[in-house]
Amino acid sequence: MSGGGKIPVTVTEVVRVNELIKRFKFERSDGGLLPTFSGGAHTVVEMQDYGTSRLNPYSLMSDPADTSAYTISVRRDDEGRGGSLFMHRHVRPGMEMSISNPVNLFPLDLRARKHLMIAGGIGITPFMGQIAQLSAISGRFELHYAARNPALAAYASELSARYPRQVHLYFDDYDQRIDLQGLLDGQPLGTHLYVCGPKGMIAWVRNTAEAAGWPREAVHHEEFLAPPSGKPFEVKLAVSNKVIQVGEHQSLLEAIEAAGVDAPYLCRGGCCGQCETDVIDYDGTFLHNDHWLSEEQHAGGKKIMPCVSRFEGKTLVLDR
Amino acid sequence: MAIAFKEETFRDDFTFSNSPEAIRRFPFPFHEDSYMYSVNLEQHVPVRPENTTRSLPDTVFDKTFDVDEHYVAEMKDRELVLAEDPLRCQSLPHMTLAGWDLLELIMTAKAAEYPDLFELHRDGDHWHWINRPLGIEQKFVFMDETTLPYGPMEYITRQTQGDFALLDQRDDNLWMDAGMVTTQADWSLDFDIGMNFFEWHAPVPKAHEMGIFVRALKFLLNIRQGSPARRLNWTLTVNPLLDTSPENYHKWGVQRATLTPENLGQKLHLRVELQTFFRLPRSNALVFPIRCYMISFQDLVTEPKWGRRMHRVIRDLPDELADYKGITRNRELILDWLSHYDDGAPTSPGAWADER
Repeated sequence: MSGGGKIPVTVTEVVRVNELIKRFKFERSDGGLLPTFSGGAHTVVEMQDYGTSRLNPYSLMSDPADTSAYTISVRRDDEGRGGSLFMHRHVRPGMEMSISNPVNLFPLDLRARKHLMIAGGIGITPFMGQIAQLSAISGRFELHYAARNPALAAYASELSARYPRQVHLYFDDYDQRIDLQGLLDGQPLGTHLYVCGPKGMIAWVRNTAEAAGWPREAVHHEEFLAPPSGKPFEVKLAVSNKVIQVGEHQSLLEAIEAAGVDAPYLCRGGCCGQCETDVIDYDGTFLHNDHWLSEEQHAGGKKIMPCVSRFEGKTLVLDR
Repeated sequence: MAIAFKEETFRDDFTFSNSPEAIRRFPFPFHEDSYMYSVNLEQHVPVRPENTTRSLPDTVFDKTFDVDEHYVAEMKDRELVLAEDPLRCQSLPHMTLAGWDLLELIMTAKAAEYPDLFELHRDGDHWHWINRPLGIEQKFVFMDETTLPYGPMEYITRQTQGDFALLDQRDDNLWMDAGMVTTQADWSLDFDIGMNFFEWHAPVPKAHEMGIFVRALKFLLNIRQGSPARRLNWTLTVNPLLDTSPENYHKWGVQRATLTPENLGQKLHLRVELQTFFRLPRSNALVFPIRCYMISFQDLVTEPKWGRRMHRVIRDLPDELADYKGITRNRELILDWLSHYDDGAPTSPGAWADER
């Protein structure tokens, strides 16, 4: 039930985009077509990292109408838990991998009269699929894309060449900043705002839009949280009657899966709600990192999102 | 397997009936001797009966979109409903893409699963569709509305049994933004269009307090491409009417008063909805097909287990539910009739009929 609809794929291309980003192309190993998807969707890539099974979500950045292949871009995170390093160091053309059916937690609102997109760094990837989808149906969009410098602004030159009037670039090294206030002031009625990028940028865009009176329903964001590392801890799984250890660089969800227990998940980034798990008993402190549970639920000690949240203390018993 | 399509009516002279094969594959909805709401959702995959050794040639769950002996007659009835009331089919402007998604889903599934009845030939965007039972042959350009006689949702749902609600997903909710609804159990697309999941379910008693809808919505929001889900719902209908809409209540509501002990077995029908849910790829919308199966009580009790269980379910149904399903008026009459088919013997677990 959790991993439903896995697709066996072959890596057919690995391209170094810049010093931090590599692009990977997947085609079905059986030669068939991949499912069509909607702009903003992601796939969960399953990696067999020499004994550790990793499942990382990456935005699909190819044209959604092209079902011959999917492409993703992966930014190398030297401080991370290893998924991006595995992709960068070990994934080569010809390798067999497994990916999930596409899932969209950052869809376009098709009622919008105009789509205003704000991207920061690797946050450009979901917009690549959305722009391809919109341009096919002559949808109106405008992209404002900020990166450190031109060398690190993945796909900026391709996008500007293809959509010169719609694409606006900003480089930190040249002290260029998005005039967000001005941008939000000048939009026609019916515009929807989308942001994907670093945590600070998402908060800045959402807060500025809220202060400017934008309706909550017209502001969309996507932020995948990488599961944070932390101290190891022990968990009892009541239903499956197992006691498991969660390692320093392992998420609780990964530890549950490693113990052979099937647990539901979707985004693995703390935002979809699918892995929500009931706490039966605990003695200690929760380290909640998700965007799903409310503050009251975080304080209540009855729920945890095992994909990103951790625990410190003596006892934790879960209904799983 | 060749299907013999029947010529029959769902109005006026009501010539609708089920063949012995159709009775045998009827989706009886009660897996135990009582009924209460639950989030009874499961994956929409072919299942074989679990609690019986009985061999069934096929079930209504085997195909993505089941086609049965009533197909041609049901499509004629839909045409009549639409001619009288075009607002039974509506699509808000942002739902056209979801309509194309649905057209693709149905055409590819039917062509693959019923190759003797349907064919789809695709050359890039140039598609060629053949529907043998309805005698339709259409060449069109996929995603170009100007090449079809109707919008994509209306075009394909005029050729597919069951009602269809297209639900847009946004703001952590589902919105009834398009649909084709001509065989409904007393709800109106024209009234519900644009409503969200909680709004259109507002009239359902008890379930809100039980938290059913909060849990059901969460499940539905997470339905993924390639992993459709399904559930069954049920009510009772006097006369085999497909169109029991609020718009036509003045026509069918009065028919409830025509039930007598003598005609009940023939007139009263168990109406079961096979509801399925699919995530659509381009639009990220959900499609919610609601397929209606009807069986007369006289046919129902030919399966002794179903007769016994139907009696117990109606007897123990909470009053609010009986009211909501429009059973209250005839409840005593129905119970009296059914009691003759309940000898008090225990029933086997699961919904499937017993081996005989």
